[in-house]
Amino acid sequence: MLILQAIAPGPAHGHTIANVIEHRSEDVLLVEHGSLYPALHRLEDRGWIASFWGTSENNRKARYYRLTATGRKQLCVETSRWERVVRAVNQVLRPAEE
Amino acid sequence: MSWIRFLRRRHWDEERSKEIEGYLEIETADNIARGMTPGDAADAARRKFGNTTLIREEIYRMNTVTWLESIGQDLRHDLRTMLANPGFSLIAILSLALGIGANTAIFQLLNAVRLRSLPVRNPHELAQIKIVGGNHGMGLNDGPDFDITRPMWEEIRRDHSPFSGVFAWGQKNVAVGEGKDFQEVPGIVVSGDFFRVLGVEPWRGRLLAPEDEHSCPESTAVVGYAFWESKLGGREIDSNTKLFLDGQFKQIVGVTPPSFFGLAVGERFDIALPECMPKQLSRNVFEESVMGRLKPGWTLATASAQLEGMSAGIMAATEITGYDSSTVQRYRQFKLAAYPASNGVSDLRRAYDSSLTLLMAITGLVLLIACANLANLMLARASTREREIAVRLALGAARTRVLRQLMVESSLLAVIGAAAGIGLAQLLSRALVLSLSNEGDSITLSAGIDWRVLLFAAGVATLTCVVFGMAPSLRASNADPVTAMKSGGRGMTTGRERFSFQRAMVVTQISVSLVLLVGALLFVRSFHNLVTFNPGMREEGITLAFIGFQKSNISHDHLEGLKRELVDEVRSIPGVLNVATTTHVPLIGGSWGHQITIGKMEGGAHFTWASPEYFETMGIPLVSGRGFTDTDTMASQRVAVVNQTFVRRFLNGIDPIGQTLRTHPEPGYPSTIYQIVGVMADSKYENLRDETTPFVIAPSTQFPDQRPNTAMMIHSGLPAAVIADSVKHSLGEKHPEIVVYATSFQTRIRNGLLRDRLMAMLSGFFGLLAALLGMLGLYGVISYLVTQRRNEIGIRIALGANRGQVVRMVMREAGLLLAIGVMIGSGLSLVAGRTAESLLFGLKSSDPLTLGCAIGLLVGVGVLASFIPAQRASKLDPMTALRSD
Repeated sequence: MLILQAIAPGPAHGHTIANVIEHRSEDVLLVEHGSLYPALHRLEDRGWIASFWGTSENNRKARYYRLTATGRKQLCVETSRWERVVRAVNQVLRPAEE
Repeated sequence: MSWIRFLRRRHWDEERSKEIEGYLEIETADNIARGMTPGDAADAARRKFGNTTLIREEIYRMNTVTWLESIGQDLRHDLRTMLANPGFSLIAILSLALGIGANTAIFQLLNAVRLRSLPVRNPHELAQIKIVGGNHGMGLNDGPDFDITRPMWEEIRRDHSPFSGVFAWGQKNVAVGEGKDFQEVPGIVVSGDFFRVLGVEPWRGRLLAPEDEHSCPESTAVVGYAFWESKLGGREIDSNTKLFLDGQFKQIVGVTPPSFFGLAVGERFDIALPECMPKQLSRNVFEESVMGRLKPGWTLATASAQLEGMSAGIMAATEITGYDSSTVQRYRQFKLAAYPASNGVSDLRRAYDSSLTLLMAITGLVLLIACANLANLMLARASTREREIAVRLALGAARTRVLRQLMVESSLLAVIGAAAGIGLAQLLSRALVLSLSNEGDSITLSAGIDWRVLLFAAGVATLTCVVFGMAPSLRASNADPVTAMKSGGRGMTTGRERFSFQRAMVVTQISVSLVLLVGALLFVRSFHNLVTFNPGMREEGITLAFIGFQKSNISHDHLEGLKRELVDEVRSIPGVLNVATTTHVPLIGGSWGHQITIGKMEGGAHFTWASPEYFETMGIPLVSGRGFTDTDTMASQRVAVVNQTFVRRFLNGIDPIGQTLRTHPEPGYPSTIYQIVGVMADSKYENLRDETTPFVIAPSTQFPDQRPNTAMMIHSGLPAAVIADSVKHSLGEKHPEIVVYATSFQTRIRNGLLRDRLMAMLSGFFGLLAALLGMLGLYGVISYLVTQRRNEIGIRIALGANRGQVVRMVMREAGLLLAIGVMIGSGLSLVAGRTAESLLFGLKSSDPLTLGCAIGLLVGVGVLASFIPAQRASKLDPMTALRSD
């Protein structure tokens, strides 16, 4: 879901995606960048993202990923489900606020 | 989806590694930009990324099917091992190919003869209508599958409620062409509904239908595919397609499809003629095979019940005529029933069924021995590879993985062996079919590959693979890496238990090869008995000639005169010692019998009408009384010479000369009183295997049913081929219209022994092969044993054991294996021999001499096979033995 969200604005390559996730989460979700790639592979396999070879900002060959139509739908589904879960958890944790 | 992924796994691996490289480059560049040195930058990038190889593997695993991938690896590894060790692989594959090939070949024949269904629509619905228990030799017979008379068929056709359709068919040779182009081809005669009920579609033109049936003589015919191809050149069938058949031109209306060989398995037909019903139907000629297609809902049992109920009516309406009342009474008792007919009818099946089953068992046992050999070989090899396996286990390979690799290796051998075996089987089965045919009758059998054969070969291959691969693999994967690595290669005596499997295998081999050897000897001796058997008459130096003078236009009364004339002409040929005519040729199959009454006794006896020279020509001695003379004519008292069995059976204690016997009436053969004038020695009649039966010879001059043909027995010192030529030549010159067919009497008798020769040859071959394999196994195990105990033997010799003691020690081991094997084998042979009893001639299956010979042979070769390694052991130099490894 995070990866899908990261490339939602437009195509990006692996390095960018890793950095984006790292920065947006304010370095909370710090993982080995390498483990991103199996995940990318799986997503591509499911047809949620598609990839093509392109040239990076500093003129290097890099593989770019973009969301497919199914991927976009999946992102909505996942996001709403995640939000439901978060809301539920929050309600359990802080019932007094209501 | 997953398969595409699987096939593209290498592509994706490359893509991802490029991508990962790309990441590292970008990150390195970023790091340099942040002010790191290039080396630190690359290291930092790699740290940030994690383990590249692990990640690549993770992605790769997503794409692949693990077990398939590793089997692929095993296959590659095993192929490399096999190529590295070509001798072993070749022996293994060759012995498997031989074993599987022999099994598949025999199975192909068995399949073609017994299992395969007829090439017609829904063959399982077909049923044959037969007389329960056959017709007991009543009237004239055309073999056990053709036991319905024309009038009976008419009755069945009128009312056949269990069947949606019925048809009748018979076999006869059809004369094609005339003059130089004349030839006889196999034909079938079919009722109108034959092709429709069978559901055979025409290949060209149309097939015979009911409208063809009523014209007599028939004017239309259908040809078989092979005949159409070869004789008609595959031309289109039109109204000008005519053939000169049985003396007149007939319209050819169509061609049957290539797959349709008729209903007799092992035979074929070239011409199919429609049945034509003459006004007067003979009621005593049993020549039709009647079949029907069961209506839905009817079974063989219900149809049989229905037929049984109808039988009395049918028999009463078609009552046999010209016979005495007891025969007619028996005829009325006949019951009809339905029998399965989906596999067609077959004389071949009757003759070879038990032989083929037995051969199947024999080849199966040979394969078993070959498997045991292979297992021992693999086992011996597995112990040399013990260290390799131990290393792999120590490095963390799972036992199942090692087991699988070894199983893959044996499967690889089995699969290659099976493929080669199937190829080999094609040659073998073809050779077998050829060897079953002889000049007289050829066999048309397509022993091709079908799903049953492939399934069988695959099954056999799997089984062998399990048998010879399982034990060594289990053993190897159970090895404890620590001990294996410690003791591997050290020639210490290993535990007894380790060897027990190999010992058991050798004992099995020895006992099974003894069984096969006994079988082989039994069949070879039985064949020898048949060939050297004295049938009570001369076999050698006799030329057999069948002479036909249908076209001579001689009146019935002068036929006997013409025969005498021909006999005189043949006698004057140089080299001919004696000539006789006869109505029946003994020992080549076929029989001719009459019911007789003598005094108060009644029974059956075989009859032959022969010329006076017959006894001398055939070397049948007269025990008492006289033979025939020229004074025995149609006008004088009917006389007969009977054999000793006849006297024992009908005239116990009475002087036979002067007694009279009366034949029961049959159409063409009125009841006649014969006076016995002589007694001849017993001789065989129909074939060598028969019990000697009561037999009567009467003079040919008194034969009641003279016909324009005769059989001639010619005795000469010259080869049969020479005599046959001179007879044809000299008779052809004077009587160009006469047809002569001449051949060697002995060859004809031997042709009848084909099955025995085949069994002797094949079982002999397989028996020797089995013994050879068994001995190889024994040799291998003893050699292996000696190698394993090299150190121990070396120590013994060093401590003062002499050569003899060492040899004795090894031989004791071998002797024990041999003794146990022979003991089990003898027991098995006695049990297994019983299945072959009916195929043997002149000896029992428990023949002690045969068993003794087989044991002697096996023990002799076995001792020799184990003596070689024992000798080698005793020559061991203790120094080298102890120093090596």
